[in-house]
Amino acid sequence: MTAAVDLSVQPGERRLIIGPNGAGKTTLFNLITGELSPDGGTISLFDTDITRVPSRRRAHLGIGRTYQIITLFPRDTLLRNVTLSLLALTRLRWNPFVRLETRTELVERARVVLSRVGLDRLADRPLAETSYGERRRVEIALALAQSPRVLLLDEPFAGLSIEERRDLRALVAGIPRDVTIVMIEHDMDTALDFAERISVLHLGEVVMEGTRAEVVAHPRAREIYLGE
Amino acid sequence: MKRFALAAALVLLATVPWWVRGTFYVNIASQILLYAVFALGVNVLAGYAGLVSLGHAGLFGIAAYTGAKMLAGGAGHLAVDVAALATTVVAAGVFAVLALRGTGLGFVMITVALGQIVWGVAYRWISLTNGDNGISITGRPSPFGLSLASPRSFYWATLVVFLAAILSMAIFVASPFGASVRGTRDQPRRMNALGYHVWMIRFLAFLFSGFWSGVAGLLYLYYNQFVSPQAVALTASAEALLMVIAGGTGTLLGPVVGAALVVVVKNVASAYIERWNFVLGAIFVMIMVFMPEGLVPGLARLARRLRVGAPSPAPAAVTATREEVPP
Repeated sequence: MTAAVDLSVQPGERRLIIGPNGAGKTTLFNLITGELSPDGGTISLFDTDITRVPSRRRAHLGIGRTYQIITLFPRDTLLRNVTLSLLALTRLRWNPFVRLETRTELVERARVVLSRVGLDRLADRPLAETSYGERRRVEIALALAQSPRVLLLDEPFAGLSIEERRDLRALVAGIPRDVTIVMIEHDMDTALDFAERISVLHLGEVVMEGTRAEVVAHPRAREIYLGE
Repeated sequence: MKRFALAAALVLLATVPWWVRGTFYVNIASQILLYAVFALGVNVLAGYAGLVSLGHAGLFGIAAYTGAKMLAGGAGHLAVDVAALATTVVAAGVFAVLALRGTGLGFVMITVALGQIVWGVAYRWISLTNGDNGISITGRPSPFGLSLASPRSFYWATLVVFLAAILSMAIFVASPFGASVRGTRDQPRRMNALGYHVWMIRFLAFLFSGFWSGVAGLLYLYYNQFVSPQAVALTASAEALLMVIAGGTGTLLGPVVGAALVVVVKNVASAYIERWNFVLGAIFVMIMVFMPEGLVPGLARLARRLRVGAPSPAPAAVTATREEVPP
């Protein structure tokens, strides 16, 4: 649940959303992507009001997201997972007559995306036969494949080993500046490096917003998040 | 190898009337093919879209009843076939709009209700459907001057329709739209977030499924030259679904194998065993115990196991998303 959330992210910014469990962080993402409808207020994407735009249309407008609980296609290969993401933004997705495998430009683009997240060698492996860390990367690959203008990362480092976190951090850091990134993350060591600005959510409200130094020094933020 | 197997299967199917002795068995072969077409239609939803329908006998029956009424009224076969299929697709659209308001159990229950409405009309609206007595027709069509009156010629005609159904399924499954349909089965939430219109994809899959159920209904009408409420009963929907599940959902050959199993047990085993229903039930239980994914994928798994010589795990891919709790 969220209430009175006033959040504005500048183009190209790296914004971190933090808050204790139940603060409304994922709910906020679901409102931005349209999976939930707000009772009031507006949601704008690059000065265009998208509050009433159906959630499926928002991907076409440039919003990409990953999920806290991995939401991929377990029966398909990694390549097919990414191909489905690329296919979503083309009219080809309605075509029942051509063979998908023959659309080599789409499949090749999917390979390029997988190579970008370091998974090209596993392209033809079924997702069910990959590790948790690899699936986290596929989550990001699906979002990146659509060349989003705004990328919402919901706890991308959750459950990863130290090495996997390091690799994923490098991957996120390598995303070009023309992509605005908003990330929810509990792992402060990892997330603080990434963040330019931080918003602290508590009980569905943004209780403070500022730079890394401002948030770390703020007693209210320390009280809510660090329990001090 | 694959092409050789395909050619061999085609030759085998085309020569059935020669190597199967007796009209009875040729008719059984025709029944297998027509029910295979029905099961393939049901499989589009149950297998590829992940939507279990228990009302498809209603669509099957709408085609059969429309055809029977029009033929009894003196219409020509071509007009009857086109009108019956058009009516079925429109009915499938109405079914889809209502049923897609729910998913999972809700979807199943709405399809049951819709199927029962069709059954109720067939059984009770006597002035329209002749009630329990059903509607008889005389004569089968003669496409391109070829009479389908004999069991052999009807078998070949059914085979042509069956091959068209299989071919259309193969094209559909390999197409981008087929991939979209399967995506909505596995991860509707992600598909929506990626930009797919999940409802529309399911709606179109329902129409495709309804079309082939209608084709099967017309074949049924021409095969029996009669249609009665029995054809649209809930048991008929359940039987078609069992064909799909027993053979293997989401596979091309599964529904065909399932249809063959049910038709053979129903027609052949019943000649020797009075309680053939018990035999069919026992077979289903055995399939579910030893090959829960269905006969075709189960046998493929067994073949892989024999080839490799190591035990092959039961299918876990379907539940993989529920296992992703971090270590």
